[in-house]
Amino acid sequence: MRNKFINSIIGIGKGTLLLYRVIIYIFKIPFETKNTLYQMIEIGFKSLPITSLTSLFTGMVLALQSGYSAISIFNEPLYVGTIVAFSLIKELSPVLTATIITGRVGAAITAEIATMKITEQIDALYTLGTNPIKYLIVPRFLACVSMVPVLTVFSNAIGIIGGFLVGTLNLEIPSTIYLSDSFDFLRINDFFHGLIKSIFFGGLIGIVSCYKGFECRGGAEDVGKATTSAVVTILVLILVSDYFLSALLVALGIG
Amino acid sequence: MIEIIDLHKSFNNNKVLKGINLKIYDGETLTIIGCSGCGKTVLLKHIIGLILPDKGKVIINGVDITTLNEDALHLQQQNFGYLFQGAALFDSLTAEENVAFGLRNSNLKQQDIYRRTKWCLSQVGLSDVEKLKPAELSGGMKKRIALARAIARNPKYILYDEPTTGLDPIMADAINDLIIHLQKTLNVTSVIVTHDMKSAYKVSNRIAMLYDGKIIGIGTPDEIKNSDNPYIQQFVSGLSQGPIQLKIHEY
Repeated sequence: MRNKFINSIIGIGKGTLLLYRVIIYIFKIPFETKNTLYQMIEIGFKSLPITSLTSLFTGMVLALQSGYSAISIFNEPLYVGTIVAFSLIKELSPVLTATIITGRVGAAITAEIATMKITEQIDALYTLGTNPIKYLIVPRFLACVSMVPVLTVFSNAIGIIGGFLVGTLNLEIPSTIYLSDSFDFLRINDFFHGLIKSIFFGGLIGIVSCYKGFECRGGAEDVGKATTSAVVTILVLILVSDYFLSALLVALGIG
Repeated sequence: MIEIIDLHKSFNNNKVLKGINLKIYDGETLTIIGCSGCGKTVLLKHIIGLILPDKGKVIINGVDITTLNEDALHLQQQNFGYLFQGAALFDSLTAEENVAFGLRNSNLKQQDIYRRTKWCLSQVGLSDVEKLKPAELSGGMKKRIALARAIARNPKYILYDEPTTGLDPIMADAINDLIIHLQKTLNVTSVIVTHDMKSAYKVSNRIAMLYDGKIIGIGTPDEIKNSDNPYIQQFVSGLSQGPIQLKIHEY
């Protein structure tokens, strides 16, 4: 137990140090432009179908649940659009998108880097005059930090469309009322509230998945353990930091 | 010249290197022999700065690389080519891209990189596999591609980590010939780590034996073959009985 605690503290320290080095290497030439664009496509564009599908159904089920709850209390589906839009933009889209990217991308990054580590490909990079932090981690980190917010914005839009479809077709709320419910109360700060959180989650996915891969030692079993550990750590960090980050942003008047 | 002075390294309280002293002269081929797990690869990785020692110095052309910062170490590493035990080719790149990888940040034009890659592949006797990925290559081919990658940047020193392990005898001998050929044509300093004595005798100018974290003997292949040190004699003769005790009986 004590060892686990100490190892966690060491892990946080090493991860922070890696983040510091990543930030330094972002600004060092030559820039890995091609590599970063490739990662942005892999992490961002190729994740769009799955994040769209989940946010569509999240928006739909939110409308359904809030609609029928409102009917049971008020006899009318009141403020369904408002509940769907606020929930999605401030909370569900950033968290759900980050969760899906953790499963789809975070696990893949850890497995790939860990495999490279145990097959000495990381050492080979050093011997070929290439810093692995610059070549492997910086492009993945930048792609996560930039693409998770983009996917979150798409999730917001698609989730609201899902809610709109259920609200108008199933709950028979007039479309103009649904739309005015959705957008009349929203402020730009609410949008930024979700966006800032998604940038933070993107950074978390990028740095933790790379760190866990980089620290892997041993064989195939250790690659599996590193991948599991990366996914669990990122998910816990997302959910815990979500609360504190939300509280901080609210305190700062953002959302 | 490479000079290793009083090198110590431990992993989790397991002392692997216990005071290595070794000089490797320019232009020579030195082979380090020793039992599996005795620290040969660890020693080789210290020479290129992939592992930092607990104590001691690794001096390359008058510069102690153990004290360098990351950028200065990168500059020193550019003088080296390293052939990894498992080839360590990049899975996602083709053979050609693997060989060209070390040249990507050089000032060479695309056409010159292409020409250099072709030349390196021809040096290792592979000219028709450029577009294949590592998964499509045999073990011997992978080693040869890795060797082509190691020589692509025109290194002064080439470090070979068990170049013939896991290969059939004919392919192993072909790799030995290749090492000698590269030695003659490129005039590099080579350090080879192996426990394949046939290979060691064939390619080396000098052989050093590593045992219990120390160099226990060094000399020409003939001197090592006729050494009166019982440890060296047991190892080069490949005998299970002798002063080097295996831990098989414990199980």
